[in-house]
Amino acid sequence: MTTEASGFLATLAPAHRSRLLALAREVSFPAGVRLFEEDGRADRFWIVRSGSVALDIHVPGRRTAVVETLGEGELLGWSWLFEPYRWHLGARARSALLAAEFDAPKVREACVQDPGFGLAVNHGVAQVIARRLKATRTRLLDLYGPPDTGAAR
Amino acid sequence: MTAPSAVPLPYRVVSHRDETDDTATIVLEPAGAPLPPFAPGQFAMVYAFGVGDVPLSVCGIDGNRLTHTVRAVGAISSALRALRPGDCVGVRGPFGTGWGLPEAAGDDLLVVAGGIGLAPLRPLVLAALATPERYGRLNVLVGAREPGDLLYPAELTGWQADARVLTTVDRADERWQGDVGVVTTLLDRASFDPHSATAFVCGPEPMIRATADDLVQRGVQPDRIRVSLERTMHCGTGHCGHCQLGPLLLCRDGPVVTWTRARSLLLVREL
Repeated sequence: MTTEASGFLATLAPAHRSRLLALAREVSFPAGVRLFEEDGRADRFWIVRSGSVALDIHVPGRRTAVVETLGEGELLGWSWLFEPYRWHLGARARSALLAAEFDAPKVREACVQDPGFGLAVNHGVAQVIARRLKATRTRLLDLYGPPDTGAAR
Repeated sequence: MTAPSAVPLPYRVVSHRDETDDTATIVLEPAGAPLPPFAPGQFAMVYAFGVGDVPLSVCGIDGNRLTHTVRAVGAISSALRALRPGDCVGVRGPFGTGWGLPEAAGDDLLVVAGGIGLAPLRPLVLAALATPERYGRLNVLVGAREPGDLLYPAELTGWQADARVLTTVDRADERWQGDVGVVTTLLDRASFDPHSATAFVCGPEPMIRATADDLVQRGVQPDRIRVSLERTMHCGTGHCGHCQLGPLLLCRDGPVVTWTRARSLLLVREL
């Protein structure tokens, strides 16, 4: 699979996809590098071409907790789309990473200049957020934990 | 198909292996006459003498030997988990519908398991691995609460030679190198053609719903999504009604049903 046909980019119509990719530059990161930190300025975002990224939260007095991993085709970062443009989480490359990198102010400007493109990008990012919210709520259920039915089993 | 035994037949424990803190795998062999053959996806009623019986899916079938993975969640399952070689139990079965793997011939296979849901899927995976020429690509996607809760970790590693095996956990520790997130996120990296794929899903029902809905959205036909449902099985023969789910008696009409039949039933608050 390629990022052109899967993941976040698949949510965009071909014309919007091309327009977004025209703003991208290809980057690579070695395993272990930190891509951004919580509360840092969200001035970039990425679409993962290959490799894996861990999203984490710093918990004072405890080790940093990995809360989700992202892989090929997935959008890395959405805080750049909403004020105050600060990262909600940290991110670390778990393996060698290839990605399409975007300058967030340029993409936001393109969204303003072309409302159709802007709507498509916002819609695509909203889908990502909704999917991750749903996944988070599912995990809140602690489905694999001990059952609480009280049945004699 | 041979009729299941209505009375428990004596079986002896020949091995016990702890899987996790609360889960163990036991292998049983007949102490006398064996039960009729089990198919992957079917279950047995396993009786801990003096305590009671519970339904346990078969997670391994080797001749007349039956393998069960049991999680201690109550008095009976705790008694079964504590069994050691030489102990005896009573076994009835086989009960219920199987996974129907042969009907998926030619298809890409998606095996999606959550938690202990991997146990009933294990014999299906082993059958698919044993006859690779009959099927397309085999994907095994497994979710667990924590790394230490993953069942059969050595086997999962071994299956990677012939299948795409992906694992994810809800809570990672510092040693965990796999994914973190719900099992549905693994579907992005599975190798399958949605128009010629059959999925087999087992786990907690919210996980089943999320997985099946995601598969349908990707183009998999609901009739080709088979899910294993769980209710309080008691008689195993469709007489007592304890396992009723709407029009289904799951011990007889299930536990494996298609998503076409299951979806509407799982959306009803009480049936």
